[in-house]
Amino acid sequence: MTTLARRGDAAGEAGRLAALLLSPTFVVLGLVVGYPLVAALRESLYQSGQSVDADGFVVQGDQFAGLDNYTGMFSGPAATRFWNAFGNTTFFTVTTVAAEVVIGVAMALVMHQALRWRGLVRASILVPWAIPTAVSAILWQWIFQADGVANALIGNQILWTTEGWQAKFAVMIADVWKTAPFIGLLVLAGLQVIPRDVYEAARVDGASPARQFWSITLPLVRPVLVVAVLFRVLDSLRMFDLPFVLIGNRKESVETLTMLAWDEASNLRFGPAAAYATILFVYIAVVAFVFVKLLGADVIGEVRDRGRQARERGPEPLAKPEVVPA
Amino acid sequence: MNTRVVLRYAGLAAILVYCLAPFYWMLASAFRRPSDQFSLSPIPNPVSATNFTAVFGTDVGFGRALLNSLVVAGIATVLTLLVGVSAAYALARLRFRFKNAVAALIIATSMFPGISLVVPLLKLFTDINWINTYQAMIVPSMSFALPLAVWNLNAFFRQMPGELEEAAMIDGCTRLQAFRRIILPLAAPGVFTTAIITFITAWNEFIIALSMVNDKSMQTATVAISRFTGAYGFDQPFGTQMAAGVVVTVPLVILVLVFQRRIIAGLTAGGVK
Repeated sequence: MTTLARRGDAAGEAGRLAALLLSPTFVVLGLVVGYPLVAALRESLYQSGQSVDADGFVVQGDQFAGLDNYTGMFSGPAATRFWNAFGNTTFFTVTTVAAEVVIGVAMALVMHQALRWRGLVRASILVPWAIPTAVSAILWQWIFQADGVANALIGNQILWTTEGWQAKFAVMIADVWKTAPFIGLLVLAGLQVIPRDVYEAARVDGASPARQFWSITLPLVRPVLVVAVLFRVLDSLRMFDLPFVLIGNRKESVETLTMLAWDEASNLRFGPAAAYATILFVYIAVVAFVFVKLLGADVIGEVRDRGRQARERGPEPLAKPEVVPA
Repeated sequence: MNTRVVLRYAGLAAILVYCLAPFYWMLASAFRRPSDQFSLSPIPNPVSATNFTAVFGTDVGFGRALLNSLVVAGIATVLTLLVGVSAAYALARLRFRFKNAVAALIIATSMFPGISLVVPLLKLFTDINWINTYQAMIVPSMSFALPLAVWNLNAFFRQMPGELEEAAMIDGCTRLQAFRRIILPLAAPGVFTTAIITFITAWNEFIIALSMVNDKSMQTATVAISRFTGAYGFDQPFGTQMAAGVVVTVPLVILVLVFQRRIIAGLTAGGVK
């Protein structure tokens, strides 16, 4: 039963307190994310001195190169390597996430039906998630050895961890193994909040199990699934550890954008490296934007709900959600 | 009805095999004798710990790498929680302007590709002599650990009834006191779960640790494993690597087994890896 003025004061106080509580996080994020992002942008416009000036002396230090690092990416000697890495990154993301969604949803459906063994299954599904990616890469390298267990099982002699399509395939298998259970977990959480009587009503109406899945289950877990897929896609776009350890550095068939940028940086070519990293950053930002705008990935749904309740309760102006479709 | 039960168990068995078979193969390979390394028998016979003694041999320095991982992941986790708890509480409880923008910004940072960080920081750390230091790995780790922790904690704080603080504030606590004395103790399980998830993520980090360190004695365990060389320098010592992989992974698996319920609650509430 507060008056408007009192409430305005309270809102102002809450704002000040929020600023106080949030400031440490923003200082840290500004230092470890904001600064590097700006530094990378600046860096990508320079090239380290390899040029010779008018008198024939080698120029030391960084030279302003304008957009040379970017134009060199799209046309020039480096273009082939860039487009290959761009293609690999996109290919791995599309294929692995598609496979993970199918396997993850299947896992969630099975786990949702489970009456026993729940604890056991729940614990084992976390094992692939907990194994460090670098370790899982070595594990799969061992499985994919020429005389390893994978070839013994399929009775074939495939050289998995050399160049070529089989190397791509090895990376995909290892990645799907590690991350499909994670999608399964998230989808299971979404399944568990669907009320049972919806299914009973569908059964009464004579819907087949398949029809129930398509018409009830999938639409109802869609919000959870879209968010899970978004985070998996963004994760796949920055893939590095797995191909780097499993197949190796500078392997054409599995080189991703992150690997390319890393390789340039480790050879002290910071300008091109920063340009590749910036392009990858833009690529990821665009994909995230598309997900949020077109697919309505409700990433901060809970926050927005509270905002809406607050709007209904109190008159203080709330910022329009910028990332979430209204 | 019976076929349904059979199918159900077959599905569960398939999930178990899918998740555990590769992990089991790592265990089995780690416990073989080096002379049996390429044996394909499902159970190592005889069981031998030679690979493990090799891992902790003086020339490998794996014990040191484990210690480095522990220091880096441990300090990163503690710092992240110290900084993140207050931000998570503000997002969960307070009503203020630009709240959605703040939440969106914190989530956006978690989508940030690590390489965009590594390139400029590599140059910066070279200039300020931070290469081969712990802080060169800990500070960048906060870029992904902090958004993750804030988001998880936010989900946990939101599950707590708001009446708790209101009651405390009526009894004369300030909001900060109510948070410190009432909410934080009650949210301890959530904070602890967030700590585990953050620790595992930091422990598994690879690209930062690989880039910022070139001195073997400062390598973390994940980097050390990927760089094992055999006795002759060109054969890959898979037995030793499998044993090292077991050593790195088993503590995580035990954490997962003990706290599985909480970890899953955290992962699904946060919705962010």
